[in-house]
Amino acid sequence: MDCSLVRTLVQRYCAGEENWVDNRTIYVGHKEPPPGADAYIPQRYPDNRIVSAKYTFWNFIPKNLFEQFRRIANFYFLIIFLVQLIIDTPTSPITSGLPLFFVITVTAIKQGYEDWLRHKADNAMNQCPVHFIQHGKLVRKQSRKLRVGDIVLVKEDESFPCDLIFLSSSRADGTCHVTTTSLDGESSHKTHYAVQDTKGFQTEEEIDALHATIECEQPQPDLYKFVGRINVYNDQNDPVVRSLGSENVLLRGATLKNTEKIFGVAIYTGMETKMALNYQSKSQKRSAVEKSMNVFLIVYLCILISKALINTVLKYVWQSEPSRDEPWYNQRTEAERQRNLFLRAFTDFLAFMVLFNYIIPVSMYVTVEMQKFLGSYFITWDEEMFDEDLGERPVVNTSDLNEELGQVEYIFTDKTGTLTENNMEFKECCIEGHVYVPHAICNGQVLPGATGIDMIDSSPGVCGREREELFFRALCLCHTIQVKDDFDDVDSSRKSPDSAKSCVYISSSPDEVALVEGVQRLGFTYLRLRDNYMEILNRDDHIERFELLEVLSFDSVRRRMSVIVKSGTEEIFLFCKGADSSIFPRVIEGKVDQIRARVERNAVEGLRTLCVAYKRLSAEEYEGIRKLLDTCKMALQDRDKKLAEAYEHIEKDLILLGATAVEDRLQEKAADTIEALQKAGIKVWVLTGDKMETAAATCYACKLFRRNTQLLELTTKKIEEQSLHDVLFELSKTVLRQNGSLTRDNLSGLSTDMQDYGLIIDGAALSLIMKPREDGSSSNYRERFLEICRNCSAVLCCRMAPLQKAQIVKLIKFSKEHPITLAIGDGANDVSMILEAHVGIGVIGKEGRQAARNSDYAIPKFKHLKKMLLVHGHFYYIRISELVQYFFYKNVCFIFPQFLYQFFCGFSQQTLYDTAYLTLYNISFTSLPILLYSLMEQHISMETLKRDPTLYRDISKNALLRWRAFIYWTFLGVFDALVFFFGAYFMFENATVSSNGQIFGNWTFGTLVFTVMVFTVTLKLALDTHYWTWINHFVIWGSLLFYVVFSLLWGGIVWPFLNYQRMYYVFIQMLSSGPAWLAIILLITISLLPDVLKKVLCRHLWPSATERVQRSSKLKTAVDAALSPDRPLLKDVLPGPRRD
Amino acid sequence: MTWSATARGAHQPDNTAFTQQRLPAWQPLLSASIALPLFFCAGLAFIGLGLGLYYSSLGIKEMSYDYTGNPGTGDCSPCGLAEQDRAPPPSCRCVWNFSLPELFQGPVYLYYELTNFYQNNRRYGVSRDDAQLSGWPSALRHPANECVPYQRNASGVPIAPCGAIANSLFNDTFSLWHQRLPGGPYVEVPLDRTAIAWWTDYHIKFHNPPLVNGSLALAFRGTTRPPNWPVPVYQLSPDPNNTGFVNQDLVVWMRTAALPWFRKLYARIRQGNYSAGLPRGHYRVNITYNYPVRAFGGHKRIILSSISWMGGKNPFLGIAYLVVGSLCILTGFVMLVVYIRYQDQNDEAEDQE
Repeated sequence: MDCSLVRTLVQRYCAGEENWVDNRTIYVGHKEPPPGADAYIPQRYPDNRIVSAKYTFWNFIPKNLFEQFRRIANFYFLIIFLVQLIIDTPTSPITSGLPLFFVITVTAIKQGYEDWLRHKADNAMNQCPVHFIQHGKLVRKQSRKLRVGDIVLVKEDESFPCDLIFLSSSRADGTCHVTTTSLDGESSHKTHYAVQDTKGFQTEEEIDALHATIECEQPQPDLYKFVGRINVYNDQNDPVVRSLGSENVLLRGATLKNTEKIFGVAIYTGMETKMALNYQSKSQKRSAVEKSMNVFLIVYLCILISKALINTVLKYVWQSEPSRDEPWYNQRTEAERQRNLFLRAFTDFLAFMVLFNYIIPVSMYVTVEMQKFLGSYFITWDEEMFDEDLGERPVVNTSDLNEELGQVEYIFTDKTGTLTENNMEFKECCIEGHVYVPHAICNGQVLPGATGIDMIDSSPGVCGREREELFFRALCLCHTIQVKDDFDDVDSSRKSPDSAKSCVYISSSPDEVALVEGVQRLGFTYLRLRDNYMEILNRDDHIERFELLEVLSFDSVRRRMSVIVKSGTEEIFLFCKGADSSIFPRVIEGKVDQIRARVERNAVEGLRTLCVAYKRLSAEEYEGIRKLLDTCKMALQDRDKKLAEAYEHIEKDLILLGATAVEDRLQEKAADTIEALQKAGIKVWVLTGDKMETAAATCYACKLFRRNTQLLELTTKKIEEQSLHDVLFELSKTVLRQNGSLTRDNLSGLSTDMQDYGLIIDGAALSLIMKPREDGSSSNYRERFLEICRNCSAVLCCRMAPLQKAQIVKLIKFSKEHPITLAIGDGANDVSMILEAHVGIGVIGKEGRQAARNSDYAIPKFKHLKKMLLVHGHFYYIRISELVQYFFYKNVCFIFPQFLYQFFCGFSQQTLYDTAYLTLYNISFTSLPILLYSLMEQHISMETLKRDPTLYRDISKNALLRWRAFIYWTFLGVFDALVFFFGAYFMFENATVSSNGQIFGNWTFGTLVFTVMVFTVTLKLALDTHYWTWINHFVIWGSLLFYVVFSLLWGGIVWPFLNYQRMYYVFIQMLSSGPAWLAIILLITISLLPDVLKKVLCRHLWPSATERVQRSSKLKTAVDAALSPDRPLLKDVLPGPRRD
Repeated sequence: MTWSATARGAHQPDNTAFTQQRLPAWQPLLSASIALPLFFCAGLAFIGLGLGLYYSSLGIKEMSYDYTGNPGTGDCSPCGLAEQDRAPPPSCRCVWNFSLPELFQGPVYLYYELTNFYQNNRRYGVSRDDAQLSGWPSALRHPANECVPYQRNASGVPIAPCGAIANSLFNDTFSLWHQRLPGGPYVEVPLDRTAIAWWTDYHIKFHNPPLVNGSLALAFRGTTRPPNWPVPVYQLSPDPNNTGFVNQDLVVWMRTAALPWFRKLYARIRQGNYSAGLPRGHYRVNITYNYPVRAFGGHKRIILSSISWMGGKNPFLGIAYLVVGSLCILTGFVMLVVYIRYQDQNDEAEDQE
C-alpha cells in the first residue's frame, strides 16, 4: 500500500501542472447518479489515514537492517567480520563481530522506539472521532475510516478531518468562518461559502437526501487553488451544474470558528489532502560533522587499503628468497604449499586488512551515537530554556544534529507566532497631537496622556473633547468586525456593562480587533451591528446607534477603508482609516505635522500605525455618492476599476483626526536574540505569509532592519512597473556598487560605516525568479538574486506559501557556499521549511503542534534559540569535533605500530598486541574519557558564550574539522606511533632490560608499546580537557587505573578458557624492570611534547578569539578571586583548543 | 552549587548542577607561564637522569663472538661448512678463546644471539600448544591444530612438544674454561643453568604431565619427539627438575622474541670463585655446534655480559633522556622569548577590546 501511494505521489509531482486534466468524480454520500449521467471509471482513493511512521511491525527488521548497512561504516564492519569468518586471520571474528552486533542492535532499538512514537502520534490523529452522515443519521467513527464521498459534520472549534466541499452551514447565509493558522499561519478568520444549491440543507435528513456528484481535479498542493464543479440532481430535472472554487473548499488542518456546525463532503482524504501534500517527506538529515566524518573515514579507508597493499607486496618481495619464505624451522603444510599464489596473496591482503581494520573504529560510531543521544538531554534539562508560562521544556526529536546547531549560517524564521506573539495590542492613539495610552486607565476612567511624553495640555477644550469623542466613534464604526454570540448574549450584555467587555470580536484583520478593543478600554464599546444599525456604548453608558450606509471596503492598493454612517442626529459622516501614506495626501484640515511626527516615531518603533480621518457629508452629497456607488456596483465591465475610481472620488477632502498604533507584541527578547545571532555571523531571514507592511514593521521592531538599513524591494508592485530583469539588475547594481567601493570587512559584517541593506521580496516575485525561463537560462535570475541576498544583512520574504518557504531554504542550501541553514517556525505552514533546512526548529506555540512534531528540536520560545545555538550548539560542536579527531588520532596511534611491526616480523600479520588489548583498547581503555569529555567539556563558560556571540564565528564553517586540523591530528598520531614503536624497538634491540638478566619476548614488547600508548592517548585528552569536573577526573584516572588493574589480572592468572597463555605474567615482569619504567616515562613525554609546544606557542603567537576570551576571563577571575577569597572556585576560566 | 528541586512541576526539568552543566570544575589553562617552569624542570630532571643512565650503561661490559662459521672467520668455519644443508649437522666442536686483562665485573651472564631468525613470524609464533606444555594429559596426546605441520609425525603419532617453536629448539652447548696462569690448566667455570627462564614460566606455566609409575618416560608414552630433536623431551636433561617440559632451555626458547635478532640467556656465572665476576686470565669457550643458521642467512653469537640494575648494556635510554632533556630546555628558552615578546602585545590587544 505504502509503495503504491508513494508511486502515485511521485507521478503526480513529476507530472506537474498537467495532472489536473485527470479529474476525479465523487458521489456525494456514495449515491449513484441517475442513469444517463456521464459514465466514469471508478477510482480508488486512499483512506483518511495519515502515515508519518517509517516502518511497520513486519518490515522493521529487514528495512532497518538495510538502512543501517547502507551506512558506509556499518557495511565496512560487516565485510571485515565476514572476512574474519571465512579466512585465517590474525584476530578472531569476535573482535569485530561483537562490537558490530552491539552497534546495530543499539541503533535498531533507538530507531524502533522513535518510530513507535511516530506510530502513536499517527494513531492518535487517525483515531480521533469524526461525525458523519449515514442513511440520514449521525454516526461517530474514527477519522481514518473516512472515505471520499462521505458527508461529514464538523462542529465549532473542531478542525476538518479531510478536505471538504462546503455544503451547508448553520448560518443562514451559508457561510462559515475558518482559521488556517496551522495551515498557512494566518490567524485571521476567513469566510467560506457553501454551495448555493445545498446551503439550505440544515438537518441530517435533508443533507442525506442530497443527490449530487462532484467533479474536481486531482489533489495538488497549492492551498489556494481549486477547480471543480458540482452536479445536483433534483428529482426529474436536468442536473444543476455549479462551478466550485477554493472558497467552497474547507481544508484539513483548518479550524471551524464562529459557526455552530457545517456539513461537507469529503473530496481528498488522508495523504492526498492539501495539508499532507504540503508536508515533505521526512528525509534523514545528516550533519556537516557527520559528512566530514565520512570523508575522513574514506581517507582512512584509503590509508588502510594502501597499508595492506604495501604489506602484501612487500611480503611477496621479501619472501621471494626461499630461505625467508620457508626456513627449516618454520615449514608450511603440504596443503599450504599447493595453494595458488594469487589466492594466497589475496588472502594475505585480506588478513592485513583485518589486522589494520581497527584504524576505522567501530566504537567511534557507538560513541558518537551515545554522545549525541546523551548530550541532547542537556537541552531538555536546561532550566533557562524551560518556559514557566507554557510549562514546556525543549524537545529533542533527533539527536543527530546537535553539533549542527553550532554551525548555523542562515536562520529562516517565521514571523507570526515565532517572532511575534501573534497577539495584537492597542498601544496608543494620538488625537490632534495628544497621546492617549489605554493601559494607563484606572477603573474605566480615561487618563489621557498618563505617560505624559507628548501630552501638550491635559485638559483639551470643548472643541478638543469633541474631536476626541469623534475619533473614538470613528474607530468604533470604521471596521468590518463581527461580534460573536450576537444573539444569545444580548440580554446579559444589557444587564451588566462589564459583560460587554467580554464579547468577542471577529475580523479578518487582527488590527481591527485590537483597535476596537483598545477603544473599548478608552470608554467606547462597539456592541453589535443589528438591522444595519451599529450600536456603540459611549462613556456615559448610553447606547448610540448609527445607521451604516456604505462600506468602502479595504483593499491593499488603496490601503484604506471607509464607512459612511448616519448618526442619531441625522448627521452623515464618512470615517476613513488607513495607512498614513494613503491618508495624508487626502487631508485638508487637521494637525497633520504633529500627527505625522508621531506616526513616524511609532513606525520606527515597529508599531503598526493607522491614521483616522473623517468628513461630514450633507444629505445631498451622500445622495450623489450613493448613486455613484450604485452605478459602479451594477457595472458589468471593469467593475473593480470603476469602484476604485469612485472610492478615489469619495475619499477626499478629509479632516485628520488622529492616528493609532497597534503592536503585534514581539516575543520576549526577540530583538535581543536576533541581534545576538547577527553578531554571531548568522544571517537572519524572515519568511512569512503576512503582508509586507506588517512584516516590515515587525522586522524593524525586532531590529532585523535598523534605522539606517536601506530597504531594497523586490515585490510584485515593483515588478509590475519594471520588468523583473531590470529590477534585479538595478538592485544588484546598488548592492554591488558599495561592495566595490569598500573592501569587505569580513570580521564584522555589521560595521557601522558600511551601508546596511535589507531586502524585501514577496511570494509572487520569488516564483518569477524561481520559474525556469524558456531559453533555459533559469539560473541567471537565481544567481543574481542570491548575489543580492548575500550582500544584504537581512532579508524579509513576505506572502510566502508553505512550499515557497521550503523553496527559499532549498535555494540557499544549495547555493554555491552550501551554508548550513536553520528554519524555525511554529505553524503547520512552516513544516515544509523545517523539514527542508539542515536544522528544523519548532516553536511550541499556540498554532498547534505540527511544527514541533516535525522539527528536529522544539523550543518553547524564540528567545531560547540564542542559548540553543550560541551555547549548546557551540559546546556540541566543540565536543564532537574533538571526539571525531581524537578517535582517528588514537586509532592511528593504535594501528601504526602494528604496521611498523610487520617490517620486523617478515610481513606475517603477527599482531603486536594481545587479543584482549586489541578488543578492549577502543571499548574500555580509552572509551570513557573521550565520551565524558564529549559530554562535559566547556572550553568557555556558558556566560561568556552568551555575552559574546562573536565567539560563534570561531567555529563557523566546520572550523575544527577542516583538512588542516585533520592532518595535524593524523600526523600527531603517526608521530606518537613512531615514538612508541621505535622507543620500544631501541629498548629491546640487543639488550637485556631486566636486572636479573632474563629476556623479554615479543608480548612484552607489545605490552610496552601498548602501555605507553594508553597513557599517552589518555593524557593527550587530559591536556585538551578544560573543564575538569570530578567525573572527568574519575574517568581519566579511572581508565588508566583500570588498564593497569586489568593487565595485572589478565597476566596474573592462567586463564583456563584460553588456549594460549601468552600474556601470563608479561605485564608484571615488565613492571619489575626499571628500564621499562624509565622508557614508559620517556616515551610518554616525547609523545606529548610537540602537542604541548604547539598549544602554548599558538596560544601566544596566534591566539584565536576563543583563546583571548579564555585568557582574559582567567585574569579576571584571578583578580576577583584575589579580591574575594571566599568565592567559589574559578568558574569561567577555560583554555580552548586551537586547531587550525 | 546544587540547587534543590523544590516544588517544581512535573514538566520542570530536574535542576541539578549536573543537568545544568554547572558542576564545579577545575579549569586549567595551558599557557606559557605554566609550561615554562614545567619545561625547565622536566629538562633538568631528564638531563640528570640521562647522565646517570648513560654512565651506568658505560660501566657495563660486554664481549661477544660470532661463531656462525662463515668461511675464513675462525675456528668454527668447518662446522659452518658442514651445516650447509638444513639437516642437523653432525656434532661439531669449536672454541672461542679470549683473555681478560682485568676483572670482568660480575654478575656475568652468558647469552647466545641469533640473527635473521623470525621467532615473531605469525605462522611460527602460533605453532605451539600451551595446554600441552602445561601438562594436561589430554592435550599431550591431542596437540592443537596450530602445531601443523609439527602436530603429528608421518604415522600419526602426536608430537610432544608439538609445533615449530619447540621443534627448532636451540641446541648448541657451551662450556667455559678458565686458565688462571699462562700455560696452566684450564679450569671449568661453573655455569648456573637454573633460573634462566622466568620464575612463573618455569614453575606455573610449564608442567610435565603427571608421572606414570614414577616415570616421566611412561608419562610421555604414545607421543614422539619433534622431528629435529635427537632425543625425546623426557631425556633433555638427566636432572629430573630440568627435563621434560620444564627444561629451562626449552622454557627460555618458548618465550618467542620480539625481533628477528635476539638474545637468549644461556647461563649465569655466579658460583665459586666467579661470583664477583670473571678474574683476569685466558678463557676458552667450548662450543658444540649443532644448530644450523647459515641456511637462512643467520648468525650465531655468544655473549658475555655484566648486568646492572638497569639490565644489560644499552646506551639508548641514557642518550634519549639526554636528548629529550636538552630539547625541553631549548624549547623552554624559545617559549621564554615568545612569552616575553608577545606578552605585551596580547595585553595591549586585550586592553583595546
